[in-house]
Amino acid sequence: MPKMQARGLHIGFYNERIKKRLNVLDGIDLSVAEGELVCIVGPSGCGKSTFLGAVDGLTRIDGGDVLIDGHAVTKPGPDRAMVFQHDSLFPWRTVLENVVYGIELQGSMSKADMNGRGRQLVELVGLKGFEDHFPHELSGGMRQRVNIARALAPDPELLLLDEPFAALDAQTREFMQVELLKILGRAKKTALFITHQIDEAIFLSNRVVVFSARPAKVKEIVAIDLPKERTLAIKHDKRFHELQSHIWRLIEEEAARTGLVTAS
Amino acid sequence: MTASTNTQNHASVESEDLAPRSSFFARQESTILGTISVVSFLFFWEYAVHAKWVNAIFTSSPLRIIAAGTNMVKEGTIWQDMATSGLEFGLGFGLATIIGVPMGILMGWYRRLNAVFEPFVNALYATPRIALLPLIVIWFGIDLGSKVAIVFLSTVFPILVNTMVGIRTVDRDFVKVARSFGASDRQLFLTVALPSSVPFLLTGLRLGLGHALIGIVVGEMYGATSGIGYMMSIAGATFQTDRVMVGIIIIAASGMIMTQMLKMIEMRFEKWRVDSRG
Repeated sequence: MPKMQARGLHIGFYNERIKKRLNVLDGIDLSVAEGELVCIVGPSGCGKSTFLGAVDGLTRIDGGDVLIDGHAVTKPGPDRAMVFQHDSLFPWRTVLENVVYGIELQGSMSKADMNGRGRQLVELVGLKGFEDHFPHELSGGMRQRVNIARALAPDPELLLLDEPFAALDAQTREFMQVELLKILGRAKKTALFITHQIDEAIFLSNRVVVFSARPAKVKEIVAIDLPKERTLAIKHDKRFHELQSHIWRLIEEEAARTGLVTAS
Repeated sequence: MTASTNTQNHASVESEDLAPRSSFFARQESTILGTISVVSFLFFWEYAVHAKWVNAIFTSSPLRIIAAGTNMVKEGTIWQDMATSGLEFGLGFGLATIIGVPMGILMGWYRRLNAVFEPFVNALYATPRIALLPLIVIWFGIDLGSKVAIVFLSTVFPILVNTMVGIRTVDRDFVKVARSFGASDRQLFLTVALPSSVPFLLTGLRLGLGHALIGIVVGEMYGATSGIGYMMSIAGATFQTDRVMVGIIIIAASGMIMTQMLKMIEMRFEKWRVDSRG
């Protein structure tokens, strides 16, 4: 059974300004196996985040369904965790207090156990020694690590990442990509990752899902036939570039269809 | 990556220590300049009276104020006045906090409750509460009750309104995070809305403090039997400028001390805020 399965997912929003209903997702079918890291790319505004919100249970579903281990999603649950683009760490909580937030809400662990687990995670994301710092004392990359640790703390089975590195500078982003693979490898999680960066998508994943322009459908699923061990050097590989231009062409077609760029 | 972010962070931590070590005088410059200007002003004031450039009956002078203060301490009436005003302040401000904070929280959290009470709050917040004094004296007499009432009314609205705004302007991203972790309404309130409204609440208390002092002084001048404001109005009516000045100094000093205390509490609660660390 797939870890996550979306079947004919439809979502629409009523737009107040133009007084019309806009279809955002137009029948998404996608399944993700346990332990897989799948990236979703697509033209800007195509509904990638909406899809992730639906999987998390934050966004209302209008048609079709999302199954986690065969059970339909109706609301957020401890089996899923979201890493948002803006790290949104609570500024009044220390690093450790931020990391244990999800566990604290569940209220099922003693304070000592909770902090023990929190410390483990802080160490896992490479921030040992920063437990008692406040978010404003950390760099953007460090805050995003805390954000990831916070999502991992309640031990979710499926990690949902919504452009988590978009706000980071190019260098930090590349290092964070390597780091994320290590963290996910160690934590043994299934993950859905949304990004605008095609190279990021290829580098991280087993499969890249390309969404069409809004209303979004799955345009193509590109299998990434690169070695399992990923280092930054792979970005200079010939195959990497072929995949990159292939995916870029797919997105360009979609963008041209909606008039974002003129077709050549 | 680990190494690179760590060094980045250490660099930023160290940069504070590496800032050029300035001399004692350079670091204390503003304190020294401030002290010099105040002391010179006091000397000039005293000398102007001494040289008969101005009439001490109108302007008083630092030495006369000290003498008047010493006399008032000897007579013992000053303690009675301070106790009266202090009690009025404590009861009024305390009551306003006890009622204003929970009301603000409830009105910020429940839209319906807000709709019910907002017209009253807006109307009373916009009215200078001093204008209610005649009514308050009719209801509560000229003793303790009317002063507590005016302090309460002066203070409760800034506290209530600020707390309410704090609860209402919670960052949507924080709400999304909490919801994503499955937070219930109660948990959302306790872990997100309440802590993020603390800075607003403290601002409300600080604004309330200023209003409370105005309330006490004007209230006691309007009608009272003891208190600092009462003492000042009697001294003023009998041309005892020195004693009026003593009253002004007491009010100003207590205002400054209490504002400072609130600032310290603010620092304590907002150590996570970037701008409060300087």
